[in-house]
Amino acid sequence: MESIKDKVAIIGMGCTKFGELWDKSEDDLLIEAAYEAYEDAGVEPKDIQAAWLGNARTAMRGAALAIPLKLEYIPITRVENQCCSGTDAFRNACYAVAAGVYDIVLVAGFEKLKDAGPERLRARYLYPDLFPQVPIGLPAQEFALKATRYFHDYGLSYEDGKRMLSRISVKNHHNGTMSPKAHFRREITIEQAMNAPMIAYPLGLLDACGVSDGAAIAILTRSDLAKSFRDDYVLVKGLGICSGAKQAQLRDDEDLIHFEENVRAAKIAYHEAEISDPLKEIDLAELHDCFTITEAITYEDLGFCPRGKAREYVEGGVFDLDGDLAANPDGGLKCFGHPLGASGVRMIYEIYKQMQYKAGPRQRKNPSLGLTHNLGGTTGAYTVSVAVFGQRD
Amino acid sequence: MLGIVSYGAYVPLWRLQRSAISPGLRGEKAIAGFDEDSITMAVAAALDCLQTSERESIDGLFFATTTSPYSEKQAAATVANALDLRRDILAADALACLRGGTIAMRIAFDMVKAGSAQRVLLTAADVRLGAPESSFERDSGDGAAAVLFGDSADVIATILHHYSISNELMDVWRLAGETFINIEEDRFIEEEGYLKVVGEAVSRLMTQQNLAPKDFAKAVLCAPNPRCHRSIGAKLGFEPHQIQKPLFEEVGNTGNAYPLMLLVAALEEAKPGDKILLASYGDGVDVFVLEATEHIQSRGLGLQAYINSKRVIDDYRRYTKWRGILPLDKGRSVLMPKPSLKEMMRRQDETIRMYGSKCRVCGAVAYPPQRVCAKCHTKDQFDMVRLAEKRGEIYSYTVDYAAGGLEIPIVTMTNIEDGGRAFCLLTDASPDEAGIGLPVEFSFRRSYQDIIPEYIWKARPIRIRE
Repeated sequence: MESIKDKVAIIGMGCTKFGELWDKSEDDLLIEAAYEAYEDAGVEPKDIQAAWLGNARTAMRGAALAIPLKLEYIPITRVENQCCSGTDAFRNACYAVAAGVYDIVLVAGFEKLKDAGPERLRARYLYPDLFPQVPIGLPAQEFALKATRYFHDYGLSYEDGKRMLSRISVKNHHNGTMSPKAHFRREITIEQAMNAPMIAYPLGLLDACGVSDGAAIAILTRSDLAKSFRDDYVLVKGLGICSGAKQAQLRDDEDLIHFEENVRAAKIAYHEAEISDPLKEIDLAELHDCFTITEAITYEDLGFCPRGKAREYVEGGVFDLDGDLAANPDGGLKCFGHPLGASGVRMIYEIYKQMQYKAGPRQRKNPSLGLTHNLGGTTGAYTVSVAVFGQRD
Repeated sequence: MLGIVSYGAYVPLWRLQRSAISPGLRGEKAIAGFDEDSITMAVAAALDCLQTSERESIDGLFFATTTSPYSEKQAAATVANALDLRRDILAADALACLRGGTIAMRIAFDMVKAGSAQRVLLTAADVRLGAPESSFERDSGDGAAAVLFGDSADVIATILHHYSISNELMDVWRLAGETFINIEEDRFIEEEGYLKVVGEAVSRLMTQQNLAPKDFAKAVLCAPNPRCHRSIGAKLGFEPHQIQKPLFEEVGNTGNAYPLMLLVAALEEAKPGDKILLASYGDGVDVFVLEATEHIQSRGLGLQAYINSKRVIDDYRRYTKWRGILPLDKGRSVLMPKPSLKEMMRRQDETIRMYGSKCRVCGAVAYPPQRVCAKCHTKDQFDMVRLAEKRGEIYSYTVDYAAGGLEIPIVTMTNIEDGGRAFCLLTDASPDEAGIGLPVEFSFRRSYQDIIPEYIWKARPIRIRE
């Protein structure tokens, strides 16, 4: 099998402000992100030869992208893969470009979650395969089950476990203050996080990401063509994605303190990107912090720290903006909220801007490799994507 | 020998302090939990009755209630399914009449007697509503009972005689579409109704069969309220010690389940040779004379154990929300699409019977059932195994404060004894009881219920330990 490494380049990106965008339509979001990306790449709409649309809930067809952007008579594919929808759309676009079928393509990730209302996040909508055991459940319960078990298996008291999670939330909120496009931009304290109203024990309000609207768009080309567009293009180094088969629900010998899907997707991406020591080699990672516990477990699954050591590493500042590996330098889902299909491409936007030294006050020094990670679904049946990006040679 | 093979009862965990209805009232009434109804309680009583006994020889099932969730659609079909009974049985509801339980008892007995059924299971349950603060709300309670009839050497009680009267009287009624029970003036319903009709039937039966009150170890009398109950005992000439305790203080009058629950209580205390008089009431009366055989012994978890196992609430608002009397905030309520009835049909072995699949190759148990084994990946080589009556242990849990609905859901991943894992809710528990390692059993409950009744097995802390 060949690797995707260095075959595809990102030459332009756009991203809307994320938030409760009551006064903006789906079309407004796509237009805003697309025209920023066109300008950034220096391309015209007519240059786009094919497009992929990552969207989990609100847009049901490729035409949802064609109509607002007037992308006329080109192939547009809608990709739905839960929280990985954006990244999976990006992945499919990369393969088409790498195959040489198209020279310039567009990838959009977007979601207008706030129009639908919170009911759309209930289990019967999100996970029809779970009906009817927990029909009214919200996603928090799934991750809370992991937190309860994580605390138990590693002997963390409620206070100790909660402090670790709160520390992650405080970090992400701090980073978010430096992100103009984030939904939430304010500092919080450990005490606020620890004492926030309970959402799903032991996860509180400040362990949870927000629900928001947003769109992000990338324009890709083959890496040998990229130089004709710009000097500071960003290369795709590895793309891993996998789905669980519900093992952790169906098998009583599965634990709930790791996501096997994380481990497997990272293995694929690291192999392609030729990464052997992720903590050392990766400078920054946009992780799927739908809940703080997810980020904590993901550190361990992605090899950023040993099993059971997330607390030690978090409290040691390893994942702070100026730490060994900045996790969620833009504030993550915690501050942007999680419009399902938009998040993956929004994460790539952050890595892209960091690689170009355009991340403003949150800029990392000399970033060489950046990673994005999404996780969505239900226990044992998550879909996880891990993507790795790097500077041009 | 023809008669009762086994019996069981069910009293919901929850009790409402009567003083919460109105200050000064004494005692408690048993109330169905927010996720219980007459169907789920009938299933619970039937499981207590059947325990581990074989179900193959059950040819008939009756479900008696005035509070079926359905005006049209059989509820007994759901009860039979949840109990994992055979498909080729005669299942029937006895609806609308308060003495449906004893009418069905008579039919069940006659079926066995006629040889048209080997064994017939009778279930009865009710969740009847009185208008807030009415005397009916005070006196009624929720519960269920089940009795298994058969023809075998080891019956624990036989039916010696029976006598019925059909009587037209508007004393207690509820019109189609009405929520609350209507009751006519006290003295009228007592004098022209209960006391007169029951008195007439019991004395005719005694005269016919040449029996006198002293011949009975226990008289099971099912009066609508404590005052009536005191009057009927005296009127019929029974001594106080002969009268089966009416459970008004602890449970309340449980409608269709009431005569059978009191019969179960009498059987639990009966000695071989004891004669028991049972008289129900509602649009007439059914009177039975039963006699305990030498096989009588305490069976089932026991009504008394269920009465003792309780959680008392004094929050009247909580009770009225559970019963839908007090509406929930519609603006932010749990709006859900109607479930696919086709999917419900396909998945009923998973949901109503709670079957898992057990791989014939590697033995792994999966819930819900899987065609391709989750462990060894063998295709279509599995047996369906019933998990509903197994115990389990909580592997992880959370309390979902954001979910909304009537009660805060406690969500668990529960590992099942002998294999399998269920992602299920914990019921009959407060959040502080949930914990990793908590032993649980499964209980048939209502799931989401705003559009059509949906049922599912939930975990609950083991209610009664032997």
